[in-house]
Amino acid sequence: MARDRGWTDRRMDLVIGNLLRSGVVLSALIVLFGAVIYLVRHGHSPTEYRVFRGEPSDLRSVRGILRDALALRGRGIIQLGLLFLIATPVARVAFSIFGFAEEHDRMYVVVASIVLLVLAYSLIGSAWSA
Amino acid sequence: MTILEFSLLVWAGSLIAGFLGALTGLGGGVVLVPMLSLLLGVDIRYAIGASLVSVIATSSGAAAAYVKEGFSNIRIGMFLEIATTLGALLGATLATRISSSAIAIVFGLVLIGSAYLSRKPRSKNEGEIPPDPLATKLRLNGSFPDVDGIRSYNVQRVPLGWTLMFGAGTLSGLLGIGSGAMKVLAMDQAMKIPFKVSTTTSNFMIGVTAAASAGVYLARGYIDPGLSMPVMLGVLAGSLLGTRVLVKAETKWLRRVFSIVIVVLGIEMLYKGLSGRI
Repeated sequence: MARDRGWTDRRMDLVIGNLLRSGVVLSALIVLFGAVIYLVRHGHSPTEYRVFRGEPSDLRSVRGILRDALALRGRGIIQLGLLFLIATPVARVAFSIFGFAEEHDRMYVVVASIVLLVLAYSLIGSAWSA
Repeated sequence: MTILEFSLLVWAGSLIAGFLGALTGLGGGVVLVPMLSLLLGVDIRYAIGASLVSVIATSSGAAAAYVKEGFSNIRIGMFLEIATTLGALLGATLATRISSSAIAIVFGLVLIGSAYLSRKPRSKNEGEIPPDPLATKLRLNGSFPDVDGIRSYNVQRVPLGWTLMFGAGTLSGLLGIGSGAMKVLAMDQAMKIPFKVSTTTSNFMIGVTAAASAGVYLARGYIDPGLSMPVMLGVLAGSLLGTRVLVKAETKWLRRVFSIVIVVLGIEMLYKGLSGRI
């Protein structure tokens, strides 16, 4: 076989590592940007986390978060950053499917696809429609 | 307390939690929820949501550094992630159904359990064990660079490891922690995977596992941006700092102190949960 599995695995590892780091850096920057807006506007209001009320519906769904973030609301921008953060490991799994396909490892294409399906069920199934 | 003061306080606390978590290898998540709920009076559901987010950040942030060393096994990780993500979905669904007191009781037990696990000596898994047919079929056996050259290993007891991973995923989804201790237990003790491979592969899996339950938490309104923001930024900065210092620091006594802190927090959580005051 022309392709050495060990070497391709190694390259896949490195690309994934960089992918994860970029995702974290990007989301941290978005969260930081949102934090500045949020703290400048609301920094002097009192806090209330003792009683659980749950987030308003616009901060629970992808569509609502996008709307709030585009309106430059601090909390919406922070939530968008958190959404990017949650998407980072999902992107990693999606990328692994391509990696395994390139190695002609059909079994692991299936394994990674199952993991991606579970993640999609959790994220799209609940976050998009709610 | 104003939002600015609260955010700075939570940021500083999360920084310390992330720093100690990385330095001791016990993870910052286990002390975050008790810190927020016991010390700052935050509702445990908000605390768990914020902790879950920070777990994804530390796992993904550290992965790049681990990957360079070449210890992690991408196939073991991916195969076991089926178990941890399914478990995480179950855990997150459970979290929305059971009372805060019940969550606090489970949390207390897990804290005490993980402090106990951290004191166990790491096992020496040598490569002489004959290959397990199921592990061979799943292509889980691998090799890694050791002090004296490349060392190969054969993975054992796949069904047991898979089941333990499902449990680890459930706890992660229920409590918003990485449950790295239980993941390492499953790989190191049950599947006889070398310790270094277990810890780095576990770190890889933590982010994917947490992402599976994060969707459920987000949709249920458990992830508050105002609280998650200082927690995520603090833990991330703390853990990056911790991994930098790790190489030089003597961590033995620190691990001991940190596990005592974890036990104390565990007893407190257990007490608050049993007396219904959380």
